[in-house]
Amino acid sequence: MGERVYIFKGFERFWHWSQAGLIMFMMLTGFEIHGAYSLFGFERAVSFHNIAAWSLVGLWIFAIFWHLTTGEWRHYIPSVEKVLVIARFYSSGIFRNEPHPFKPSQLNKHNPLQRLTYLGVLLFISPLIWITGWLYLFHGEWSACGLSGLQLEWVAIGHTIGAFLMLAFFVSHIYLVTTGHTPTSQIKAMITGWDET
Amino acid sequence: MGLNSLRQSAGCALAVLLYLFSVTTLAADEPKPLKLTTTADHSKFKELQREFQSGPEVTKACLTCHTEAAGQIHRTKHWKWEHLNPDSGQTLGKKHILNNFCISIASNYSACTSCHIGYGWKDANFDFSVKENIDCLVCHDTTGIYKKPPGLAGNPVIKDMELPPGSGKIVKGIDITKVAQKVGKSSRDTCGACHFFGGGGDAVKHGDLDSSMAAPDRELDVHMDATGLDFTCATCHKTSSHDVAGSRYNPTAMDKDGVHIRGKVDNSNPATCVSCHGNGPHKKEERLNQHATKVACQTCHIPAFARGGVATKMSWDWSTAGERDAEGKQVVRKDDKGRVIYESRKGTFTLGENVKPEYFWFNGDVNYTLVTDKIEKSEGVIRINWLGGSPTDGKSLIWPVKVFRGSQPFDPINKTLVKPHTAGNDDTGYWKNLVWDKAVETGMKDAGLPFSGKVDFVKTEMFWPITHMVAPKENALACVECHSKNGRLAGIQGVYIPGRDANKLIDTIGWGIALLALLGSLGHGLMLFVARRKHQGE
Repeated sequence: MGERVYIFKGFERFWHWSQAGLIMFMMLTGFEIHGAYSLFGFERAVSFHNIAAWSLVGLWIFAIFWHLTTGEWRHYIPSVEKVLVIARFYSSGIFRNEPHPFKPSQLNKHNPLQRLTYLGVLLFISPLIWITGWLYLFHGEWSACGLSGLQLEWVAIGHTIGAFLMLAFFVSHIYLVTTGHTPTSQIKAMITGWDET
Repeated sequence: MGLNSLRQSAGCALAVLLYLFSVTTLAADEPKPLKLTTTADHSKFKELQREFQSGPEVTKACLTCHTEAAGQIHRTKHWKWEHLNPDSGQTLGKKHILNNFCISIASNYSACTSCHIGYGWKDANFDFSVKENIDCLVCHDTTGIYKKPPGLAGNPVIKDMELPPGSGKIVKGIDITKVAQKVGKSSRDTCGACHFFGGGGDAVKHGDLDSSMAAPDRELDVHMDATGLDFTCATCHKTSSHDVAGSRYNPTAMDKDGVHIRGKVDNSNPATCVSCHGNGPHKKEERLNQHATKVACQTCHIPAFARGGVATKMSWDWSTAGERDAEGKQVVRKDDKGRVIYESRKGTFTLGENVKPEYFWFNGDVNYTLVTDKIEKSEGVIRINWLGGSPTDGKSLIWPVKVFRGSQPFDPINKTLVKPHTAGNDDTGYWKNLVWDKAVETGMKDAGLPFSGKVDFVKTEMFWPITHMVAPKENALACVECHSKNGRLAGIQGVYIPGRDANKLIDTIGWGIALLALLGSLGHGLMLFVARRKHQGE
């Protein structure tokens, strides 16, 4: 095997996995609330969804603090450079067994395509879900906050769009995880923190 | 010693005196073992210590002390059976409207006015100004023996009599003197004597008021629960000056006035849920208070009506009335539970127990199709009354409603509904003769209305907002009852209900994107798998 690099720190791994669990659970309960199927029953699904939402809020408070204080937020600064190289790798090079054009390091743990995708999740999908989710949670306070003109339907549609995008991200993310040099190498890295290249 | 014994005997004498004094005062002011809720025992009143021969005699006696009561009564809907709707300008009340049950009181007074709070309203010429015609006892009886059988124009039976005349059935006279001496506050029984039996029988009309509400358990009505809170009707229908609050001619659909506070001038309806519970009664779940800005309390807290074991009528088809058997006699058919579903004199019925209401936006406006209004059979179903309301008028809430559907006679030439003469032991009463044109002619003549001589039938609907039979909170509707695709509010427009509603386009695109991501991943993965196998082979 190649060299081992310590990429994902303890808190980061904890953050990733608890967030993953919460988001999966919220998709499960959320699409039930949306009427896609019946699993927990509407009332419990709503209650679970809310508990998970507040847990995620708590987690994010720690995560934001961690990113800001450790400077880890820099890993999400997009670099347009080499994006095409990465894209070309995934669309053709990978099938020819070419080596991955990106070597992760502690200073640069995400490839440019990852940076762009995660930034997209951070800047678009998350705010959409978060803002509509908060509005949903505080539906009762709308008029007190001067939002009486807002329609629940628009908030619900926004929340649903966010959920579908998150689902699409989730599916792709799960798949791409398996495309490392072995199907489980990347998942191991996110568990142990050590990336083998 | 002498002084001592003198002092002793004086002390003894004083003690005896004090004792005697205390005994006599105690006898006069002896506290009752039970805390009475009234200061008057009417049986002790000289005015009532005599034999009464009639209702009006009793009323006269009542009015000797309650000098202003008649004036109060004469103003009320209970007395006039008349209500002017200030918003629509329609003159309503039983005296004027028709319904799709027994239809109308015109020409049927003696039967219908057994539920009038008066004596002797036997025809259209009843004098509403006579004080003695007020029936105090029907509301203030506490004995339970006071009865006003149909056919006697609101009079009770004092001496044994044959009723209906010629039937051979003897109705026993009641001890009206005893009733008069035992008067008290109104009760579920006194109100219920009429309101439980509206439409001609137990549970027929309202669906949320029937004889099971005389002594309901907690499951049936959490407020009236006879062994719990034990509300009477008047606890909510708070009455002053004999004017009973809360009427379905001018209901309060959305109460923005909040809780009634003692001493504060408040002319809003005291019979609403909000007048006690306020507008934010859900202490643990703010979300439910938010629901209450769109949904009436009744919608969640009355999950079904006719829950007390007595079936309510859900439809009445007069057009099938008139059958006779081989011997020419009237027919009665019952279902397997022994409930009447067909009568020659009335037509076909359907009944229901534990009925889920239908739901509508309701703002408190109730309008009627009156006998003078033109109707077109081609319009389909004629609404005898209809509820105003919309999701956007700011005054409406989603209300549970019993929709009573029927088919009833109308005049196809004059294009009006009609008031037939039904009850009555005479040549034209429908219930006896089963002949429509004669019955309608008599009824319309009595009402002073034109009739072409032709009778046809038209489908009708009547809307009865549901507000009684409030279940305990643990039996309130579960979320999923409405938050589901084909839930109770499936037909309600103007609100986004999560679980029921979804934007089709967004859903299609959304699932499409997720599916594409999946297919893309699978395709990519397959290619990768093949490529790697190939590479390994090399």
